[in-house]
Amino acid sequence: MNDTTTGRTERADVAIVGAGPAGLAAAVAAAESGAAVVLVDAAAQPGGQFWRHRPEGIVQERDGRGHHGWKTYLDLRARFDAGRERGQITYLPGLQVWMAEKDDAGFTLRTTPTVAGPVGGPAVAARRLILSPGGYDRQLPVPGWDLPGVMAAGGIQAFLKGNGSLPGRRFVIAGTGPFLLPVAAGIAEAGGQVVAVLESSSPAAWLPHLGAAAGVPEKALEGAEYAAVFARHRIPYRTRNVVTEVLGSGSRGSSRVTAVRSAKVDAKGKVRPGTERGYADVDVVGFGWGFTPQMELPLSLGAETRLDADGSLVGVVNERQESSVPGLFLAGEVTGVGGAKLAVLEGLAAGAAAAVRDDAARAAPGLHAMARHRRFAEAMHRAHPVPAGWQEWLTPATVVCRCEEVTAGQITEAREMLEARDARTIKSFTRAGMGWCQGRVCGFAAACLGQGPAAPPSAESLSSAARRPLAAPVGIGELAALEPSDS
Amino acid sequence: MNQTSDVIIIGAGVIGAATAYFATQQGLTVTVLDKGLPASGTSSACEGNILVSDKELGPELELTRYSLGVWHGDLAEHKKLWEFESKGGIIVASRESSLTSLERVMAAQASYGVVVEKLDPDALRQAEPNITPDALGGASYPEDCQVQPMLVAAHLVRLATEAGARFVADTAVTGFLRAGKRVTGVTTTRGDFAAGAVVNCTGTWAGELAALAGVDVPVLPRRGFVMVTEPLPPMVHHKVYAAEYIDNVGSSDAGLQASPVVEGTPSGSILIGSTRERVGFDRTVSIDALRLLAQNATALFPFLAEVKAIRHYHGFRPYCPDHLPVIGHDERAPGLWHAAGHEGAGIGLSAGTGKLLAQALAGMTPDLDVSPFTPARFGEQARNTSHREEATA
Repeated sequence: MNDTTTGRTERADVAIVGAGPAGLAAAVAAAESGAAVVLVDAAAQPGGQFWRHRPEGIVQERDGRGHHGWKTYLDLRARFDAGRERGQITYLPGLQVWMAEKDDAGFTLRTTPTVAGPVGGPAVAARRLILSPGGYDRQLPVPGWDLPGVMAAGGIQAFLKGNGSLPGRRFVIAGTGPFLLPVAAGIAEAGGQVVAVLESSSPAAWLPHLGAAAGVPEKALEGAEYAAVFARHRIPYRTRNVVTEVLGSGSRGSSRVTAVRSAKVDAKGKVRPGTERGYADVDVVGFGWGFTPQMELPLSLGAETRLDADGSLVGVVNERQESSVPGLFLAGEVTGVGGAKLAVLEGLAAGAAAAVRDDAARAAPGLHAMARHRRFAEAMHRAHPVPAGWQEWLTPATVVCRCEEVTAGQITEAREMLEARDARTIKSFTRAGMGWCQGRVCGFAAACLGQGPAAPPSAESLSSAARRPLAAPVGIGELAALEPSDS
Repeated sequence: MNQTSDVIIIGAGVIGAATAYFATQQGLTVTVLDKGLPASGTSSACEGNILVSDKELGPELELTRYSLGVWHGDLAEHKKLWEFESKGGIIVASRESSLTSLERVMAAQASYGVVVEKLDPDALRQAEPNITPDALGGASYPEDCQVQPMLVAAHLVRLATEAGARFVADTAVTGFLRAGKRVTGVTTTRGDFAAGAVVNCTGTWAGELAALAGVDVPVLPRRGFVMVTEPLPPMVHHKVYAAEYIDNVGSSDAGLQASPVVEGTPSGSILIGSTRERVGFDRTVSIDALRLLAQNATALFPFLAEVKAIRHYHGFRPYCPDHLPVIGHDERAPGLWHAAGHEGAGIGLSAGTGKLLAQALAGMTPDLDVSPFTPARFGEQARNTSHREEATA
């Protein structure tokens, strides 16, 4: 176990975590500004979730079918590869950061292989750090969501992008937000059948925000593309509709999704009686309720946070993408979920700013474009809220934390009997969020349930759910082989 | 004035909760104040130990044995609420020298009535099949048990409120109401509360709170890290620790110490504890602490090298320089009582502490003499700062 790899330290001017749109752009911008860059990414090849593609060594196809902004990717990728060839960018794929530390000299990242191997990952030390770890689908529990065949909408898309195939045959996609559209379109284009897309909001909700949306004409074009795909494949798009229950059959242990029940809801998410209907012969249900930014590393370094318009906890940054922690820059979803184009702009700004040796003011590129995208994102968030009434879809027996099998009834009881009113206390008393995923899936829901149906969770509660002293699981053998610190 | 009660308990950790529970049992009217929610401090950042095996002979062992009786007696009906588990402890010696000192400790403990049984290597392997092949033998302590400490605190607060106590969350004490020297209540962020007795159950904050009343109660923080593994099938069946643990508990060394304490939990996760270091309230994660935990745990259970840690946590054990808790009435500020400074033993000692204190608050003679824990041992003068300096030296 005590291999040289574990004790190795990669040093650079700028360290970057994540090779999605923001991280890739940051690496390119920092390198092109003259900095030595180390980029750490959990995946085996660059692109992140947004530009996830089939293994480059095996599949030659790089036409980017089904990808938006593929030209941007190819451009960034070429500049990234050039940076590597110049020896300016050190690319460390297949590594997860399990801890980030800061001291007077800068930042140190501790890494572990994404796929467990015989040795640990190297440490990375840099004067400046850019965190662009992205986000994942926000999930809300509903009766039956713990059945095999229920996936995150983004999980279906990742499966398709990564394997070029589908995880099932007949799909229901449900939740809220524009992201449901590309997921459904991708399934249809790949030959799957989308039985329905159930959107809890109403398009009328867009109208008040069109002024902001108008500043980003390309979004309207994207929307038109999806509309065409939906029409071609006759995909029913039902607004103000939610899945109220996922049904399965088969004996326990081998049961699987077979159908869903849905209902129409009012603007608050309350089910309208008499509107219930069923969708039979469904084998995959994909849920997406927006995204949850991966905040554990920014939080562990003490970065100031705020609640974004979508209710997510995000990092506070200035116009150079620098957080409240000097030398720590944030780009992409961790500053607010806003899509890949905004993430690229933020990455470019963060990379350029982090590469500058002194703190001399330097106009960040793309400020106006970033502002437009942020206005659009905010309009989208306001048009696609998590419905206030979602807690009423649950029964006391509905599992909220799938890792530890904690039910909604147990959480409600802890709130009502034991004063558990935030995610941290809910976790202490019920074990919700203590399992393998450490609350990444149920953290938002548990925070909501702790607060009760009357109000959304506070930043403090979300922050207690998102604090993870180990940002990724790490082998105890790897920890034992760490070098003693100098002090 | 918000409310008047017989007793105000400051702090809804496990000590305050137990005191509130037993005070209501004594028929006293009780108000519990906490600056946050129940079990927000050290009670939520520990291992839930109820141990006799690690106690020094003397008053603390007496209190431990009394407390154990309360857990199994008065509180027996509630065991399920807080996942009470009589898992038993095993101390393992992997060196001849530590085996010799373990045998000496065992003999002394047995003479004080502690139930302890020597394990030869075969018996040890039968009890813990995955133990290191280096183990030379051990000692079994069937009385050692475990609870889920957050649930203990939360349910004791709930049971107390059901018996008439009032719990006020998110309310920080800012000062004391006085009538001359006498403490007659507290001022808080939510107004004033009056009572005949005010009990300081604020754990690591007990010194700060006492200072508001002008008395010195030198409770200091001693940081400990605990690491938690991914859920596994049962691999570790008892609370297993190394013979060196006993030396560390009583030590005043400020430096980082770690001896392996490895135990399985009902959820399948294995807890790996624990470090002891005096670094004030520093919350910085220490790579050295994690490395030491990992090294010591894998030395005890080699299979752990291939297991993943999914989280770790740290807490601040409230300790006094003489390693004894502070329990009882503070004659320097009449009306003020303390129950704090239980160091790493607060969960186990909470039941007994709460019951004894409630007896005293009700004007009865406590079942066990608590004078060894008296606040008066810290001297008559108003608090001085020498203890603080010691902590950071």
